[in-house]
Amino acid sequence: MAKITIDREKCKGCLLCISFCPKGLISVDKDLNRRGAKPVKFKETPECPPSSRLRRTIPRSFSEGGCLGCAMCAIICPDCCIEVFK
Amino acid sequence: MTGNEAIAEGAIQAGCCFYAGYPITPQNELPAYMAKRMPEVKGVFIQAESELAAINMVFGASAARARAMTSSSSPGISLKQEGISYIAGAELPAVIVNVMRGGPGLGNIWPAQSDYFQATRSGGHGDYHSIVLAPSCVQEAYELMFLAFDLADKYRNPVIILGDGMLGQMMEPLRLSVSGYRLAAANRTPQTAHRKHWALTGCKGRRPNIVKSFYMVEGGLEKFNLTLQKKYQTIQQKEQRYESLFLDDARVILVAYGTMARIAKSAVNKLRKKGKKIGFIRPITLWPFPQKAFTQHLRPNAKYLVIEMSYGQMLEDVKLSVYGKAKVEFLGRAGGGIPTEEDIIRKVARIQ
Amino acid sequence: MEKIFSHPKSLRNIATHYCAGCGHGIAHRLIAEIVDELGIRERIIGVAPVGCAVIAYDYWDFDCSESAHGRALAVATGIKRVRPQNIVFTYQGDGDLAAIGTNETIHAANRGENVTVIFINNAIYGMTGGQMAPTTLLGQKTATTPLGREIKLHGYPLKISEMLALLPAVKYIERVSLHSPQEIIKTKEAIKRAFQNQIDNIGFSLVEILSPCPTYWDMPPKKALDWIKEVMIKEFPLGRIK
Repeated sequence: MAKITIDREKCKGCLLCISFCPKGLISVDKDLNRRGAKPVKFKETPECPPSSRLRRTIPRSFSEGGCLGCAMCAIICPDCCIEVFK
Repeated sequence: MTGNEAIAEGAIQAGCCFYAGYPITPQNELPAYMAKRMPEVKGVFIQAESELAAINMVFGASAARARAMTSSSSPGISLKQEGISYIAGAELPAVIVNVMRGGPGLGNIWPAQSDYFQATRSGGHGDYHSIVLAPSCVQEAYELMFLAFDLADKYRNPVIILGDGMLGQMMEPLRLSVSGYRLAAANRTPQTAHRKHWALTGCKGRRPNIVKSFYMVEGGLEKFNLTLQKKYQTIQQKEQRYESLFLDDARVILVAYGTMARIAKSAVNKLRKKGKKIGFIRPITLWPFPQKAFTQHLRPNAKYLVIEMSYGQMLEDVKLSVYGKAKVEFLGRAGGGIPTEEDIIRKVARIQ
Repeated sequence: MEKIFSHPKSLRNIATHYCAGCGHGIAHRLIAEIVDELGIRERIIGVAPVGCAVIAYDYWDFDCSESAHGRALAVATGIKRVRPQNIVFTYQGDGDLAAIGTNETIHAANRGENVTVIFINNAIYGMTGGQMAPTTLLGQKTATTPLGREIKLHGYPLKISEMLALLPAVKYIERVSLHSPQEIIKTKEAIKRAFQNQIDNIGFSLVEILSPCPTYWDMPPKKALDWIKEVMIKEFPLGRIK
């Protein structure tokens, strides 16, 4: 089990984390932050299933359930908004 | 020793431990001397790839707490102006030696005093001032180096030594014995030593330091500039230096600096022997300009004769100091031409 | 649960002025992580450039200096020569290092100054509004090449890293990229090596980092990363150059 926290006020809404999360656990928050950007938010279980491409290549047990703690999101985040817990 | 070498030796004795420069006539003896001498005192000598690289190396060395200097001649000093502005804006101590030559452009390699404006009116961009010192003989060139590094550290400011090709090349005997400036430096206790808390040495045991001249927060740069202006006012009040002779009864007062002042002084002595009432003022600091020499002993019925190896640069500061209360005349030659003693005596006769 | 990823101590936890999706934020963080991991925060002195990263010193929590545009390596030379015990690095963009600063770059490299150079190559001048950089690609449209970079008028993209590799005193040059987490991990390894070289007195070490500029490439952040992967790398291949 793992999870991330996102500093929503620092987030600029670049959405790179969404592109690199293998579990599709990050999505855009509809509420603006104080910067006027739509930050991202984290869901411990997938809001929508991972893309069909991922489903073909990875085992079912992987595609279900939550965060892996791989930290790809935190590594790509240019604003150091993400902390990862495992 | 040549003036160039005396300046270098003075710097070394004053604790300069970093020199970066580029060859340019007529100051080449200075970097050559530094190349030999710096390793002897475990300092750093770099022949930089350009004058502009050299001044930026001085920026770095000074930021890292070293007593750092560079030298060049007129065209090379033009290259350094951006760096000097940054040094002033980052409030770093640094010493820059200009052994002036004929200009503008490539000019020639003969002496001139045509960079007075550039030195005293902040040749780089922005509202700043470099302290400018003008030695007139080899001994003084050596001794002023102690004052230069002291003032640079005290005020966190660039200090320019304004010499010329004649001073740089002439050879005179040099007394390495202790001078007034050197005593002051040697007697400094830890309490009065210029500690550089702001320097970059690695942030062990303190908060990190930032050396910068950039203030983008609204109002920040204006606030910073006001602190600089206050500093310059203090320097203007406290650091004016000059030499003066025979002002009490003078009808004509010769005003000259640097090597020109030696020729002028010799003319003064000759004329005095003939009974002429001639006085003499030799500014030693060109910035702050020694207005006190004029305002405290103003002779409204006398004529001030400014003599320069230029077409009238210090002339403007003399006119400002006198402020219309006395007549100011001028004798100047540049482009390598040097007013002679005879030229001066003839001019005095004409204006008397 | 334990925290396995957080912002490094040597990076101040404040929002930056960089655009969304800019590579500078990642590069700043990698440097801070390495400073923490190598334990050199109290020895290190950074030299910031002129460019978007002009206030990089506001984001790092260690001693830093500014420099005039292009002169970072001259400033770093001055610092390192008087304080060889400190770790000195420059952080420069393509204009700072390979246009106005080319002379200082080549000569600091040729003298083999024992410093570390982090070269951020985003093929454009961001701070001033998207003008051509020495590394702008042929055909790339910028504020000063509105019809695209042309060989006849503007010459070719400058391969400064390959040029510096010719100098015998240069000890390490590697070109890396920020276009994916995997590449970022490799970038971190390269930066770490470049700093370790200085600690070990090996000599002049430079890491060229291909970095996105979504704003002036006129692309969303993810597309900018793809552009590096699919287009920029063809002109600036990754890997160890020296």
